[in-house]
Amino acid sequence: MATTTSPLAAALTQFEPVIGLEVHVQLNTRSKAFCGCSTQFGTPPNSNTCPVCLGLPGALPVLNREAVLKAVQAALALQCQVGEVSIFARKNYFYPDLPKGYQISQFDRPLAEHGRLQLGDGKLIGITRVHMEEDAGKNMHEGFPDSVTTSYVDLNRSGVPLIEIVSEPDMRTPEEAHEYLTRLKEIMLYLDVSDCNMEEGSLRCDANVSVRRRGTEKLGTKAEIKNLNSFRFLQRALEYEIERQVAILKGGGRIRQETRLFNVAEGKTFPMRSKEQAHDYRYFPEPDLQPLVVSPAWQAEIAARLPELPQAKRQRLIATYGLSAYDAEVLTASQALADYFEAAVRHAALPAGGHAKAVANWIMGDLSAHLNRSGETFATTRVKPEHIAELVALIAGGKISGKIAKEVFEKMAASGHAPSAVVAESGVQQISDPAALDALIDAALAANPKQLEQYRGGKTALLAFFVGQVMKASRGQANPAVLNERLQAKLNG
Amino acid sequence: MKITAQDVRYIADLAHLELTPEEIVAMERDLGAILEYVAQLDQLEMPGLAPSPLHPAAAALAALGSAASNSTLRPDAQRAWFTPAEALANAPSAGAGHFKVPRIISVSEGTPEAE
Repeated sequence: MATTTSPLAAALTQFEPVIGLEVHVQLNTRSKAFCGCSTQFGTPPNSNTCPVCLGLPGALPVLNREAVLKAVQAALALQCQVGEVSIFARKNYFYPDLPKGYQISQFDRPLAEHGRLQLGDGKLIGITRVHMEEDAGKNMHEGFPDSVTTSYVDLNRSGVPLIEIVSEPDMRTPEEAHEYLTRLKEIMLYLDVSDCNMEEGSLRCDANVSVRRRGTEKLGTKAEIKNLNSFRFLQRALEYEIERQVAILKGGGRIRQETRLFNVAEGKTFPMRSKEQAHDYRYFPEPDLQPLVVSPAWQAEIAARLPELPQAKRQRLIATYGLSAYDAEVLTASQALADYFEAAVRHAALPAGGHAKAVANWIMGDLSAHLNRSGETFATTRVKPEHIAELVALIAGGKISGKIAKEVFEKMAASGHAPSAVVAESGVQQISDPAALDALIDAALAANPKQLEQYRGGKTALLAFFVGQVMKASRGQANPAVLNERLQAKLNG
Repeated sequence: MKITAQDVRYIADLAHLELTPEEIVAMERDLGAILEYVAQLDQLEMPGLAPSPLHPAAAALAALGSAASNSTLRPDAQRAWFTPAEALANAPSAGAGHFKVPRIISVSEGTPEAE
């Protein structure tokens, strides 16, 4: 970006964006937050419904213990303080996807507060609060013959448990916001509290954005952007919104505090109609639910069972196996991948902690490519961690060359056989026996008298030619180190 | 507490109600009377009794001790209840397995999610 500056880059020289995210995470419980209806996605519309989640008169909510457990896990992983008592509140607004006319949420006594999440460069993003609430149903505005006049409502999602994770306005660039959401998703996946499937709406994101002149402290007026249902949209919407606000301020205008929607097709944000942004929710305590109590004993029990989180895992992989930060990052992208790597690197075929880099390279390279091609996963693939360990051991022990190993890998991936079995079946074992190599070398020298003469006349660069000839004759199975040594001895002898 | 016509219009707006000028006058009178009636409670002298700031059940909960309260949670057990036809049985308008309502979003806008 030396000569051509984008509008965003130009805007950022004078103005600093201030970004906070509100992330809704659907908890992957079997039943809904306050009733026993299924949470399964993709079932026929309105099939997972009962008097509670349809808001029928007289129905009473009863809180799902598993939803509380998962919410506390998430809060603890984000290093929040979990309150012993939190209170459910009614958030009142009218929308067809909200049959009760209120959403059961938490307001002035949320489940947890004062957490933080660390970005890759060490920067801490504050977590203001994590609270529990229920999801609304789904409105559909397109795809029906009378969609011009009519909206359709499916209440299967009504009452599915959510946590809302509100960050402090600590992010300063769209990239930071993108990374925050990436790490948040990673933590939720490690905890197995949500499938975080953005297409199915299990992870949703709203952003609060303002800009201020660089060097000033006072926060500018913010806009809230909704409908950011992909990582790409989040970044694009933030970039657009920052440019828009800076342009207004530069023109001497003022930012209006408002809710805006990101329009994917146009790549722009638009103000929501004022009727839909009644921000007076008239919260009051939900009289149908007791205060939620997470006793210190229960909290300690949940904390003790938290899995190792991505950040800690990365640091441990670097310390234990001497991996680079980059490799550690790639290998911890999912719990399954990290488990796979550790199963391979710890396998008995390898010396303790040895060849970690080689194991990592096979997993991140050939194996990942194979999984991409075949649609398998680290959990389902026939290439087991012990196969990778054995393959690396075969190369390290000089049994096969790196080049042959690639062929062995392909055969392993296709057959599911162990690499030693593949080597035995196909006879691709590396030739390291000096006598066997000598025979091949002698043949190559005899077949190329002219080149031999040139070599002995001083054209030593022809060494590579002879290496190539012997490799070809051995079908790539010659051990390169031994070959090199024997060949030089013969040429010079 | 005095209810003004402006208060009535604001509350009506939140409730998505369209009131005629006559209805606003009537609501102003009726809401005011109800609030005045309830406000009589403010005249009660209740020395030593702190208001419950959080929740109607908070006092009872404090008396019970926290250990007792998790009995109000239910296990994550799933059960079927309504069929779609049953769910829609009382809907004023339904079709294609869905509840039908007047279109609630302008064509240019995307779909706002739950708040």
